[in-house]
Amino acid sequence: MTYSYFKNMQVNNVIFVYQGEVTADLVSSILQMMENKLDGDGEDKKVKKKVFNVMVECLQNVYHHLDALETSNVSGKINDKRALLMIGKEDTDYYVITGNYILNERVNAVKEKLERVNKCDKEELKKLYQEILSNEEMSDKGTAGLGMIDIARKSGQKLGFDFHYVNEMYSFFSLEAKVSRVQP
Amino acid sequence: MRNLIIEPTSKTPKIILNADVNVFEISGRSIPEDSVGFYRKVIDWIDDYSKNPNPKTNFKFQLEYFNTSSSKCLLDVFRRLEKMYKSGNQVEITWCYDADDEDMKETGEDYKALLEVPFELVSI
Repeated sequence: MTYSYFKNMQVNNVIFVYQGEVTADLVSSILQMMENKLDGDGEDKKVKKKVFNVMVECLQNVYHHLDALETSNVSGKINDKRALLMIGKEDTDYYVITGNYILNERVNAVKEKLERVNKCDKEELKKLYQEILSNEEMSDKGTAGLGMIDIARKSGQKLGFDFHYVNEMYSFFSLEAKVSRVQP
Repeated sequence: MRNLIIEPTSKTPKIILNADVNVFEISGRSIPEDSVGFYRKVIDWIDDYSKNPNPKTNFKFQLEYFNTSSSKCLLDVFRRLEKMYKSGNQVEITWCYDADDEDMKETGEDYKALLEVPFELVSI
């Protein structure tokens, strides 16, 4: 059992995986650990900065925006805030994958935003970033609405995403961002 | 007025707002979850300072990393400096970036494009 987990992670180039509740402290710890790992691996400074930036936005995006799954057990109703965080290192890219529950009613808005971001080239992303930065108010969660755009800008690649229908209330949203290990 | 000095942490930058010696600096990394809460002190300080600013204010930013919620807060800081400038004070923003860091340079350019205040990009 353990061996098959190990082999499976190795085949998929996984260097870090977490499944559980996402707290601010946890995000800090992961960032610190990954920063040490990038330093230890002697990764190129530019690559390291981009990977770090993308990790910050992806992890904080989950922290701020995940919808807790309401379930009940013998002790009553529980708010399940678990999510999946995964970081990998392939020959050509680093990847950051997050997965979390999202209310079905929010799926379309998030999907549209991601589709819009993926249609933009470098210049269009810059314009969109400036537009939202200067015109939109901060959300009540204290977020700027810039996360996906920033991830796409730093990544330089299209974002991968999927919405998996869970039940009439929730879907499971996964997001994948890559950063090339060769930066100009 | 009282100076505002905040020591850096792994998620928040070093803040030096010292009107006595005319040093205004934000440096390091700015990636807190609650950026609004963190920058409130800075904004309040600037609001107070702008009532009676020094003859010349050069505000220096030298950031290694910042998250998108900080980016909005930084714009709030810049807007206040812009307002001081527009009401006739000598104000200048210096945006320092690592020579290798194309993204930090670009973000500086993003801000410069949005503001009407002297904004200098300096590669270090």
